[in-house]
Parts: sequence; structure tokens; C-alpha cells
Amino acid sequence: MIAEFGHFALTLALAVAFVQATLPLLGAHRRDTGLMALAPAGAMLQFALVALAFGALMHAYIVSDFSLANVAQNSHTAKPMLYKVAGTWGNHEGSMLLWALILSLYGAAVAAFGGNLTVTLKVRVLSIQGMIGCGILAFILFTSNPFARLDPAPFDGQSLNPLLQDPGLAFHPPLLYLGYVGLSTSFSFAVAALIEGKVDAAWARWVRPWTLAAWGFLTAGITLGSWWAYYELGWGGWWFWDPVENASFMPWLAATALLHSAIVAEKRDALKAWTIFLAIVAFALSLLGTFLVRSGVLTSVHAFASDPTRGVYILLFLVVTVGAAFALFAWRGPALAGTGRFEPVSREGALLINNFVLTVAAASILLGTLYPLFLDILNAGKVSVGAPYFQRVFIPMMIPMLLIMAIAPMLTWRRADAGAAIVSLKWAGLVAAIVGFGIWLFINRASALAAFGIAIAAWLFAATMWELYTRARTWRGLLRQPRVSWGMTMAHAGLAIAIAGMTASTAWKVEDIRVMAPGETTEIAGYQFTLSNVSDVRGPNYAALRATFNVRRNGQAYTTLYPEKRIYDVGRQPTTEAAIRPTIWGDLYAVIGDADGNGSYVTRIYFNPLVGWMWTGALIMVLGAGMSLSDRRYRQAATADETPEKSHGVAV
Amino acid sequence: MRRLVYVLPLVLVALLGVAFYFQLGTDTQKLPSALIDKPLPTFNLPPIEGDGVVLANSDLAGKVALINVWASWCPPCRIEHPVLMGIAASGVAIYGVNYKDKPDDAKRFLTQLGNPFIAVGADRDGKLAIDLGVYGYPETFIVDANGIIRYRHAGPINKVDWEQTLLPIVKKLQAR
Repeated sequence: MIAEFGHFALTLALAVAFVQATLPLLGAHRRDTGLMALAPAGAMLQFALVALAFGALMHAYIVSDFSLANVAQNSHTAKPMLYKVAGTWGNHEGSMLLWALILSLYGAAVAAFGGNLTVTLKVRVLSIQGMIGCGILAFILFTSNPFARLDPAPFDGQSLNPLLQDPGLAFHPPLLYLGYVGLSTSFSFAVAALIEGKVDAAWARWVRPWTLAAWGFLTAGITLGSWWAYYELGWGGWWFWDPVENASFMPWLAATALLHSAIVAEKRDALKAWTIFLAIVAFALSLLGTFLVRSGVLTSVHAFASDPTRGVYILLFLVVTVGAAFALFAWRGPALAGTGRFEPVSREGALLINNFVLTVAAASILLGTLYPLFLDILNAGKVSVGAPYFQRVFIPMMIPMLLIMAIAPMLTWRRADAGAAIVSLKWAGLVAAIVGFGIWLFINRASALAAFGIAIAAWLFAATMWELYTRARTWRGLLRQPRVSWGMTMAHAGLAIAIAGMTASTAWKVEDIRVMAPGETTEIAGYQFTLSNVSDVRGPNYAALRATFNVRRNGQAYTTLYPEKRIYDVGRQPTTEAAIRPTIWGDLYAVIGDADGNGSYVTRIYFNPLVGWMWTGALIMVLGAGMSLSDRRYRQAATADETPEKSHGVAV
Repeated sequence: MRRLVYVLPLVLVALLGVAFYFQLGTDTQKLPSALIDKPLPTFNLPPIEGDGVVLANSDLAGKVALINVWASWCPPCRIEHPVLMGIAASGVAIYGVNYKDKPDDAKRFLTQLGNPFIAVGADRDGKLAIDLGVYGYPETFIVDANGIIRYRHAGPINKVDWEQTLLPIVKKLQAR
């Protein structure tokens, strides 16, 4: 009964989304307040209905209602409650429902918190959200119904992929979707602005908090996914340049560019058409991500079920949504010329370079991801573009950007004195040089490039701190800094810390793979690992081989690690559970492999230097986004430089 | 001219849409049927480091063998590797094709994880991989005693794949 109720709520939500997408748009055109009022009401109602449907599906998972095909295929009574709940979105149908839920959540948020927007803009934004809602809800109802029944119902379910039974992964999709789908708001703002034919400082200020929220969630989601890969896949890697990972990274790059170009649009009345373009591109890349993951067009390590019918629908959805936005852009975009004059050496000039690099980086990743597809279509043979391409292309592009990123906040708007800004950063330069040369001379000479990478991270960190100091000067001045400035400082410093972690853990990783018998000892990075014993243990729904490693350092007991190799009862799929001991300077990482039949086991032990810095840095970036969002400026919004548009918005 | 720049994104989206549409119907997990039951393309590969030929068609003559295309930079290859070690230990011949790799990385990979291959040839420019229609890495082909490709597995082989799919094919071919 509850499932049918959920299905009904979902159907109703589609009808509401349709009304929300059409009538208010007409109302905004005719200045009909009655029709316009349907937009916020529709957004709220749509959210309530989708939430009901989602709740109904979650209920089915919690009570293990195997008469639902979706639950039977993806759950099991023996699964811990957390993964039953997470199972709601751990499958295609449920994850699309989560997508729709988050979309309607953002719509409801705009309706609730968009009070300071001009009425027509708000209504148009909500209408566009309604259109996207129509697309996704129709997709769910017609191709991916999560409420389809099974008759007869099986006695037990077929479980969730054990690799995915993990707290990190349980929350990875919701965070990622909050980011992906959050970009729909920036998109709707862009399309609404194109309809109104007007992009001003107020618009740019409105679009920023929504983009920032999406960016924060996207950062958190990508980080969580990468962290999961790091400890669950069992070889200490954290990024594979896999198509699905690229699919989440490209919108992140575009959203980062958008955040910065919106500042220029607000402060200097320039880059307006460009900002609109980026807002469309960021969401287009999010949709492309959904399409790539769900259609099976590209092969990937991420084994998702793929279905060509769904692929055709998502493709159609993608092309219609993005195509319509770009058609509007081709029509209205040329009229959006800015008034701001551009001096090459100025803060806006530096932000332009940032935008250029981020866009080219996103484009080159897109090219690398889709290249195999194009060759295949042209019958030029099947190839796979691997990590070497992405590393060779992406890393050199980031170096000039990071160098300039440190200087940009020191530059003034309009026209800046770059010489003076660089001279004022002499201490940061000195710190970077000492760190870089120090590492190369005294710590590790294996890779001069890695020492250089750390030096760049040090440069960015020191320059960011120095910029904070020049603004604040005293402790009291530090407290008076607005939260948006803190957000910027945290995001930049967090990136510096994360880059140090990425460089060190890639360049100086130490690995030791061998066959060990209990009692044997191996030394890695100054730690002695003794395999003291290997035993069989039982988990709630798996059997495991658990190894005990006693780790000593300088002759003293340091820690004990318990890596496991699990075989899940259902599906018989083995997973490795790495044992990780984080330290400030790096992670000790141990994995137990197969027995060789003579009482010995394959063991893999890694020392991953500074890997924790990556997660810490990313966390600081996310907190920075939260800090900016909590700034009162965003809530007070742009009432001061309000435009005449508002007056005739309410007048009729 | 300026207007054209604004139309460009629309054109790109349209082109991408068409490209994706034509790709949708094709199943990337399946070998282009043209290659199944056809002889292996001609190849003679140099070793991972240095010159000369260590792996050519003649090496495979007269036995049922697996050809595994791998690279040290490919994470699924690492996941697959223990399975290959087990297959090699069971006496089935595996030949490795090391795809676009750095010699040092490839050698380190084999020293650390073990070498299941009878011989490894380096496909430095990726030509053999293109001839074979390799799409994702790793990829494994079963070749019969006459050098005819009989099966293709895209992606890492796990124990279940080996025991339930690949091994029966190998046994059947060996019995012939």
C-alpha cells in the first residue's frame, strides 16, 4: 500500500512540476501575479510530494519489502540497517529518485529563501527548475519506476554490492548529488537571466551563494568518493581518472570557474555572457555525468547497470535542456556586453586567467574522456585514454594557475601594480624556496618535480596567509574580517594543503608487496611490520580472513593493524579492508591478500606520505564554502542597488 | 562574426548529441564480432626494455593461450593481477602485452606483484591494442592452437569469471 502511495505521490509531483514549469512563466511574461504565485507554491508542493515518494521507497527498504522488484534486487534481510537505508539510493531507480528529491529541495529552497530576488526573476528561476523536474520525474516514472511490484515476492533479496557496503560510500551519492543537482539552480538563474535579457550586479550576487553551496557539496562528495577508493580498493591509490570520476570533476572545475567569474560580473560589470555560459556548462557537465554513468556509453571501473533505453532518454533530456539553454544564449547572449573595461594587470585580469585555465582543463578532461568514443564512432579503432594523458595535460596547466592564484587576492580591481604585489609576497616566495630546496636537499631527492610541487603548495599557502595578514594586521583585525573573506582564505589555503598531500602521496609512496609467513618482519619507511598471526573471523554478513600486524618503530611498539579480506555470504564477492593508521606525515596502510597454501599470505604494505593532508585540505575548502554562505551579506542581498525591474514586477 | 561565437555552444551540443546517439546502441563489453573466430593480427613485440623481439605470433603456435593486455598505470589491472597469478600457477599459458607503459613502472609492477606471463611484449605505440580492438584495460583474449581468437573478456577477470566462463572455454579448446 505504502509503495502505491509513493508511486501516486510521484505521479502527482510530475503534474505539479508541469504546472510549475508553464503557467508561472506565462504569468511572468504578462505580469499576472496570480499565475506567478503558482511558482513558489508549486516548488514547495513538488518537494513535499517527491519527499513522500522517497520516504515510501526508504520505508520499503527498511522493512525489507521484497515484493518491490527494486528492493528484492538491491537489499537483503541480513544487511545492517545503515546499508538498508543507504540501499534506497544505492541502485539506479533509487538514485534517480534521490536526484529528483534534491532537485525539488533546491527549488523549494529558492522559493523559501529567494525573498530578496525580483519577483519575475524568482518566478522564472522556479519555472526552469520545474522544467528540469518534469524531465527527471518523467524519466523515473516511464523508464525507471522504483515502485514496480514482483509477484510472487521472493523470500530474500539479492543484496547490495559488498564493495558499496561502507559508511563512506553510503553518504557519497547524496553529497555528490547535492553538488551536481545544486548546479541546476545556477543553470536556472542563467536561463532566467537570458529570458529577462539582463545580467546585472544583483543577479551575479544572487547566483553566487547557490553556486557556492553546490560547489561545497560537490567538493565534499568528490573527496568522500576518493577517500572511499583509497581505503576500500586496497592499493593506496585515490584517483584513477576513470570516466565516472572525470564526470564529477568536470562540473567541479566549471563551478569553480563560475564562482570566480560571477565575482567579476558583480564587481566590474564584465564577463557577463561568459558567466551565463559557465552556469549552463556546469550543469550540462553534471547532466553529462549522469548520462555517462547511467547509459553504458563508456566503460568504466564503476560497474553500474546500464540500459540503452534509459540512455536514449537521458541523452534526449540532456540535449533538449542544454540545447534550449544554448539556443537562448545564441539569441540573447550577444546583447549582454559588459560595461567594465578590462586592464590585463588587475584582479579581474587574474580572475580571467583563472577562468581560462579552469575551462581549458575541464575541456581537456572532456576530450580525454570522450576521445575513445569519437574514435570508435569514426571506426578508427577502440582505444582507452589512461591516467598518463590526464596527468601530462592537467598538471602542467595547474602550475601557472596556482602561481597566479597566490598573487590575485593582492591585486586591486581595475588596474593593479603587479610588481608591487609580487614584491609584497617576497616572504611567501622565500618560504616556498626554502621548503622546496629543503625537501630536495635533505629529505628526498627522488623527484625534483615533487619538491617543486610542494614548493608551489607552500607558496600558495604562505601567500594566502600573508594576504590575510595584510588585511587584518592585528588579532582584532582578524576577528573583524567578513566571513566571505574568511571563506576565500580557507578555500585557497585548503587547496594548498590538499596539493601538498596529492604531490607527496603520488611521488613518494613506498610500497612493499611480498609473501609473508606469520612471524616474519618487513621494514618500510622506518617502520617494522611483523605479521603476528592470521585468523578467521565472522562479521554480520560476511566471513573474513583477519591479519594482525604488530608495527614497531625504533625498536618500540608503535601500533597494531588488522587488515581483513572479506567474503560476503550473498554473492560470494571478496573485498579487501585495508588497515590504515594515519599520522601527520603519512598513512601506514596494510592489506592482506590470498593464502599461498603453505601457510603464507600475500601482503601489501604501503607508506603514503601526507595523504591525510589531502582530506584535511578538502575539508577546509568545504568549511570555507560554509563560512562564506553564513555571511550576512548574502542574506541581506542586493536591495541597495535594486533595479527598476522590481517595481513593475510587483506593480501589476 | 561576434554572433557566431554565441552560436558555437549550440552547434557543439548538437554534434555531441548525434555522436552519443550513435554510440548508444553498441555494447562496449562485446568484441566487435569481426575479430571473434579470426586469426590474431600479425605482431612482433619488443621486450619491456631494449630492442629485439620477445613476443610474436609464432610464440603462441600450437597451444591454447591467454593474451592479457595490461599497464602498470591501470588500477583494474592491479586488482586483476592476483587472479592471473593463480591462472598461471594452474598451468594455463598467459602472454602479456604491456600497453603504453614506462619500462621502469612495468618492471616494478611485475617484480612486486609477481610475473604470471610466459613472455611480455611491449606495445609501445599501442598498435597491437588498436588491431585487437582493445577498449578498456585490462583485456584478455583466448587464442586457440591455430592462433584464432575465440573469446574476449573486457575489464578485470575475477575468480568467478575465470572459473565459470573462461576456464571452460580454455578446457574445451584444449580438448580439441
